[in-house]
Amino acid sequence: MEATVVRTGTEGKTWGGGNEPLKASYGKMMMWFFILSDALTFSGFLAAYGFSRFKFIDSWPIADEVFTHFPFLHGVEAPMYYVALMTFILIFSSVTMVLAVDAGHHMKKSKVTLYMFLTILGGIVFVGSQAWEWATFIKGDYGAVTTKGGNILQFINTEGERVALGDFAIPMEGSRVEHDENNGVWFETSQELPTYTIEEVKAGFAANEDILIRTQQLNEEREKTILSREESLNILEAQGIGTVEGANLVQNEYGHPLFADFFFFITGFHGFHVLSGIVINIIIFFNVVIGTYERRGSYEMVEKVGLYWHFVDLVWVFVFTFFYLV
Amino acid sequence: MAHDTTQHHGSATKRIWFVFGILSIVTIVEVVLGIIKPAFLTDTYLLGMKLLNWIFIILTIYKAYYIAWAFMHLEHETKGLRRAIVWTSIFLISYLIFILLTEGGYIYDVYKNGYVAWDF
Repeated sequence: MEATVVRTGTEGKTWGGGNEPLKASYGKMMMWFFILSDALTFSGFLAAYGFSRFKFIDSWPIADEVFTHFPFLHGVEAPMYYVALMTFILIFSSVTMVLAVDAGHHMKKSKVTLYMFLTILGGIVFVGSQAWEWATFIKGDYGAVTTKGGNILQFINTEGERVALGDFAIPMEGSRVEHDENNGVWFETSQELPTYTIEEVKAGFAANEDILIRTQQLNEEREKTILSREESLNILEAQGIGTVEGANLVQNEYGHPLFADFFFFITGFHGFHVLSGIVINIIIFFNVVIGTYERRGSYEMVEKVGLYWHFVDLVWVFVFTFFYLV
Repeated sequence: MAHDTTQHHGSATKRIWFVFGILSIVTIVEVVLGIIKPAFLTDTYLLGMKLLNWIFIILTIYKAYYIAWAFMHLEHETKGLRRAIVWTSIFLISYLIFILLTEGGYIYDVYKNGYVAWDF
């Protein structure tokens, strides 16, 4: 290399080359580049969520009413407690990560190993919780009726408590049967039939005087509008076309389908980041264990993967706020 | 960098636990506010948004500041690197949010007052 260098007479000066104004290694800087671009991706998603929400600002689902479950506590209304716990788990795994980075600065291999391990554990618990959250959301809890206009009608009793479709629907002999792939020319199964048909719900609703309908429209108090018995009967008869239980990309018993779409997309994208973070953490963990960085004389790799892990935590802080709190 | 942080190694772990304390307290405050939803905060509006929501957003940015500065070591990076990261992202993200939310609000008005039927 020496032979190709042209002496310019500026060696040692500001523009003489070899100057590192940002005093950061290449790898760390590239991690920051990546984090910045990824942050813009996530803000694109969250801003799109805000856009859709502002579009339907007076009929958007209320998060407190959607995420009310806590594992092993059945029938207990626990709005947000579980997400709050998940947030804590992720923040704590961020703390163990930064402790691992700090131990790395002091070249304490055993401490780095322990903290990395705890970080991975926290990440796994978080992703597991997320999966549970998804499963609960997909399964749904009360069920609702869909209308021609693509809206949702939910049912409450006169005390204002939610009523599940199964509580009042009158079972009827249905003429439709589910089509299985073994008895058709085309070896495909049909879509699953709903647990309760709209006719069963309508009959059950007519028979139960104390059940009212709640629309997804928010009133002035920012609560869902409750219709009178008369209005309820009319709207169910005129507009109800089907039933929905739980949420998927097309239908959502909690309200606007876009809410479910964004929920799956944003928390899914974040969950995928956590998952890849866990994988990278595991790789680095084994590298720590076999002493790669000890021999290298620097634990900077732990620091770089730490940056990524903190970023995942940072994103969650925003997802938590915009999905569950605001 | 390694040599940067070793200078204050005595206080590094202390700082970490301090930041963890702040993040925990802020999260607890957020959750408690989210569950109680004090009436005076949900009834007061500031720039078209509930005061409570402003509080949530400000607390979130406060948390983000601590995560970025303490956990991601931005406080120990050079001014140039820090500004390249923070100013760029804050400018682009605020612009995006402003423009999309304005547009969303406009579409809401069109749906509401513009004789556009979408709920049959």
